[in-house]
Amino acid sequence: MSAAESDVIDTLVGIKPGTTLDAIRARRPDARTHAQVSFRALFTPQDLGDVSAVERFAVARFIAGLHDAAEITAFYADGLAASGASDAVRTAIDAALAESRATGPYGRYPAGPLSAEDTAGPAYRASAETTHGLGRRLAAAFEHTHMLVFHPRDAAAPALQALLDAGWSTTGIVTLSQLVAFLSFQIRVVAGLRTLSRAA
Amino acid sequence: MTDTTLTPPAHTAPTVFTRDQLDWLPWLEPLAVEALTERHLAGLVDAARAKSPYFRLLARDPDVLGARTRTDKDIFYNPDAGLPRAERELAATATSRSNGCIYCASVHARFAATYSKREADVQRLLDDGVGVELDERWNAIVAASVALTATPVAFGPQHVERLRRAGLDDLAIADVIHAAAFFNWANRLMLSLGEPAAA
Repeated sequence: MSAAESDVIDTLVGIKPGTTLDAIRARRPDARTHAQVSFRALFTPQDLGDVSAVERFAVARFIAGLHDAAEITAFYADGLAASGASDAVRTAIDAALAESRATGPYGRYPAGPLSAEDTAGPAYRASAETTHGLGRRLAAAFEHTHMLVFHPRDAAAPALQALLDAGWSTTGIVTLSQLVAFLSFQIRVVAGLRTLSRAA
Repeated sequence: MTDTTLTPPAHTAPTVFTRDQLDWLPWLEPLAVEALTERHLAGLVDAARAKSPYFRLLARDPDVLGARTRTDKDIFYNPDAGLPRAERELAATATSRSNGCIYCASVHARFAATYSKREADVQRLLDDGVGVELDERWNAIVAASVALTATPVAFGPQHVERLRRAGLDDLAIADVIHAAAFFNWANRLMLSLGEPAAA
């Protein structure tokens, strides 16, 4: 990590050098370092491969919004603007959030004893207007992202086929899945540590 | 090349949470063992992981996989104080039970049972779900993990208070937060890129 690069989790929680939380994070140095390396590998990789910078920041901005995480939303909105996203994409993300709010986790289990725990909830399908603004590839990614965020136990192979049909490659789907999964981690670390720091 | 999803071979899907050893069958093509480059192997971290279709699928984005694995190892294996390993595994199990990841829950329930020697309590968490009554310290860890797993996140000062009353210091509470947060990462990959099968 370059000395000039600030740690994103520290920044989002507001952890200052020399504080109790700084000392706590220092006790798990590899977790701290590699959370940051993960962030860098997802948002400023050596090679963007099959997923553009706009797509990466758009998905992150959407996930932060789905979590009602204001500071994280602002952080990725800045990244999205810097990635060169069009106004149409940025407007469509707001529209997607307005039409897809939910509370998770929910979803179904394989038929059997766990069926008693099946919990109903929405499966997001982007409206025609939102799809137009996002483009087909990103709209498909948002639908998949919504499932992973709120009802990951509903995942099934046809959801991956829908991404392939919308122009995603197998490797691109792995990167997209890691984006959603990593954000799910980062948002919870930030929320948890912030709560801990304020509960002194 | 047009990519396509895989149809797993005939198998028995588990329909309950279990501590049994399960297999995991991918829905997308992992990299072939012979196609792994230096960079892929660096992403796998442990060479033995090349045997796993899960890790060979994630190796398609090797830098992210490598960083994910190193984050995971420090959260769960770092022996420097904080939360005992058994209770880090309890948080991972509770998170997986809440999200509904039968595969992840099986692995980490085995670890939780092994390290705590409380097989019956771990099994009740699997059988009855995250509302189960264990003891106050375990109840507090399970409740905190579940609140962290909710979207939007529902973890609040009352969870910190309860963990402190149960005897956790702030490093241990930070370990609960990281263990639950990490399984919100792991569950989503395991659930969405393939499926569990009875071994």
